[in-house]
Amino acid sequence: MAVTVKIPQQLRTVTAGEAEANVEEATTVGEVLDGLYERYDGLRDRIAEDGDLRRFVNVYVEGEDIRFLDGLDTSVEDGDEVTILPAVAGGR
Amino acid sequence: MNGLGDVAKRSISLRHDIRDDGGFFVVEALRCKECGKRYPLEARFSCEECWGPLEVAYDFSDLDAESVRRKIQAGPASIWRYADFLPFETRPRSALPTGMTPLVRADRLAERLGIRELWVKNDAANPTHSFKDRVVSVAIPKAQELGFEVVACASTGNLANAVAAHAAAAGLQSYVFVPADLEEQKILATGVYGTRLVAVRGNYDAVNRLCTQLSGERDWAFVNVNVRPYYAEGSKTVAFEVAEQLGFEAPDRVVVPIASGSLFTKIARGFEEWREVGLLDDAVPVMNGAQAEGCSPVAQAYEAERDVCQPVKPDTIAKSLAIGDPADGPYAVELARRSGGGIDAVTDDEIREGIRLLAETTGIFTETAGGVTTAVLRKLAERGDIDPDERVVLVITGEGLKTLDAVRGSFAVHEIDATTSSFEETLGLDHAAAGAV
Repeated sequence: MAVTVKIPQQLRTVTAGEAEANVEEATTVGEVLDGLYERYDGLRDRIAEDGDLRRFVNVYVEGEDIRFLDGLDTSVEDGDEVTILPAVAGGR
Repeated sequence: MNGLGDVAKRSISLRHDIRDDGGFFVVEALRCKECGKRYPLEARFSCEECWGPLEVAYDFSDLDAESVRRKIQAGPASIWRYADFLPFETRPRSALPTGMTPLVRADRLAERLGIRELWVKNDAANPTHSFKDRVVSVAIPKAQELGFEVVACASTGNLANAVAAHAAAAGLQSYVFVPADLEEQKILATGVYGTRLVAVRGNYDAVNRLCTQLSGERDWAFVNVNVRPYYAEGSKTVAFEVAEQLGFEAPDRVVVPIASGSLFTKIARGFEEWREVGLLDDAVPVMNGAQAEGCSPVAQAYEAERDVCQPVKPDTIAKSLAIGDPADGPYAVELARRSGGGIDAVTDDEIREGIRLLAETTGIFTETAGGVTTAVLRKLAERGDIDPDERVVLVITGEGLKTLDAVRGSFAVHEIDATTSSFEETLGLDHAAAGAV
């Protein structure tokens, strides 16, 4: 069970240039992000604040904004693509 | 990338660069609207620290109101007469002149609505028939200044028209991404310019997400993504023109459609900048935003007194306003509150009525977005929100020929035989005596 996370350019300074990461054994978006936080130092502070995503960070599962799903509790399945993007000028 | 020290140094040197027309460059840096962090003037739209949106920072302290006013009045009949307030480090030029659209006194509409003084800013009179010519006229020369050879955009249609046309005029390759279900008129009026037109199966927000991803992968200037801070500056020219056309006075109230909220907030910013420089004495006008009920995340946030807009799935005939995740929504809500205005939403039927009302009282045929704005103006008037002595400006952002479906079937066409009797019979007119005038 693995999902692929697309990492935006803005975060590649903390992912050593990686544009994509595979996360195993995660069942929700929150767990996927936790997996990334463990792997990449400093990532949590860049996109999260007080346990939630920062206001200008958008996350999509298979192209759907998680705000239309269950937020960080949105479930993910094997092979899903999770995309992190800055909200253009802040849509959040 | 330059560090902060370089930016500061660069901005100081810029302020002392005298242009060939005698003015100073006053553009300084990009600045995060949330945390204030500054960045060099490059293709960048979000803050590295807090992910907040970036905007252009200027230093107007060297500008003298009288000499700026004289320069504006002697300037070209296009947005470039306001070049001092636009984000360029070299003298901007464009092959397709934009702006100086008519500000039309609308006495018949005013009378119908019980308003004393009403003006229509008709931005359908731009080269591709919408206000988007303004933002693209800034974005494309800026993209060239930054060294880009390909421009692109995510669009609900009007921006597509403008990017395709201005790129053609500038000799740049362009890629235009639109939702696949867009109005046919807008598709045709984009493809004709020879752009690479990409119809995305999804709504505007999906198109926007895709373009945000692509902007990180390709060395292209996406006008409303990675060069958005510059692009957005073009909307200020609506305020500059209105103020100049009113004899360097601001109106009391402005009614503006809201999609992303960028136009709404930048019009207010334009009035603020002129006040800062001393070109205007008046306070920023009361700002009223207009949305369609079928896509009203900003109106909903305003109504519920929330600072954050909850995204929605759009379902409205006003496709040019169908942005479910509005980029500048929180700033639009804040402006509506601060200026004493508001944000209202109207139904699709009210939008169709708004298009007819404007057409029948002013002779201006607007697209659905203008129907939204006119319908909201009517709502404000009927609710008694507009004082009898106010000077009101209605911003009409686009052309009716782009959304013909909105008026199809809304009036009768009288088909007759080519005889006077058929004419009189069908129209229910009395027989006219021979020789009568």
